[in-house]
Amino acid sequence: MKFAVIVFPGSNCDRDMYFAAKDALGADAELVWYQSANLENYDAVLLPGGFSYGDYLRTGAIASTSHIVTEIKQHAAKGKPVLGVCNGFQILLESGLLPGAMLRNKNLKFMCHFEKLVVENNQTMFTSDYREKEVISLPIAHGEGNYYCDEATLLKLKENNQIVFTYANNPNGSVSDIAGIVNEEGNVLGMMPHPERAVEAILGGADGLKLFKSVLTNWREAYVAGA
Amino acid sequence: MIKVKIHITLKPGVLDPQGKAVQESLNTLGYEQVLNARVGKYMELTLEEGTDVDQQVEEMCAKLLANPVIEDYEYTVEEGVTQ
Repeated sequence: MKFAVIVFPGSNCDRDMYFAAKDALGADAELVWYQSANLENYDAVLLPGGFSYGDYLRTGAIASTSHIVTEIKQHAAKGKPVLGVCNGFQILLESGLLPGAMLRNKNLKFMCHFEKLVVENNQTMFTSDYREKEVISLPIAHGEGNYYCDEATLLKLKENNQIVFTYANNPNGSVSDIAGIVNEEGNVLGMMPHPERAVEAILGGADGLKLFKSVLTNWREAYVAGA
Repeated sequence: MIKVKIHITLKPGVLDPQGKAVQESLNTLGYEQVLNARVGKYMELTLEEGTDVDQQVEEMCAKLLANPVIEDYEYTVEEGVTQ
């Protein structure tokens, strides 16, 4: 299985994401510059955190207009996995691959620490290695992670089981404590906490590794004969 | 040339932590009459003469300049601007 880690100008968690997929998980992974033309040879797309285009205009807004996002939409339309973390989540929201928008954290602070999360939906290709309602610990590192959507969208997210992770102690003001959501089809996940920063004990925890393992396991079951 | 002045504001009901901080700071400075503050954005675009301004600007706002989930926009147009 081959992962593409998309690198935008201003991405700064791209190496961590690459390390998580390549070394911690042991899969194939490549850093892919955002101007590169196609994603056809990749099985999964990882959008890393950072400050693409310096967060100009709105977080993720400028990156969402780049050509690679069209490629990512085509990749997603085939049912292949797309994971956006932090700024990657913001790009998924701005490009319309996921519903909602990000606001400044309620306390206006950039926060960087571990948070307890609840796995609300373990029936996705990203979370099948977790138990339902499992409480995990992942680092957050953001100034704009205050997820917002209108009532109708929230209702839809709940009805379709699209809320995948919630905060046990909401740090940023997100509606319904939302930390991560999937699209209706379940193959595009956006989340503010950083699973790639928690893939081995020396990093402070390995709770994020199961997410990458889930992706790999589900890909093998779907695409590798006899797996 | 045509000058377009665009105001982008957070929709009513959307929390504005930045506006809240501004309001509290004004209150601290003694402006206790300030009950609320909302922070938005202002942009100026210079367009070629002959542009279908309404159609194009609406499209630009919807596609990029504003995020319709959280923001509203309005704009004014000045024709025949020389610089």
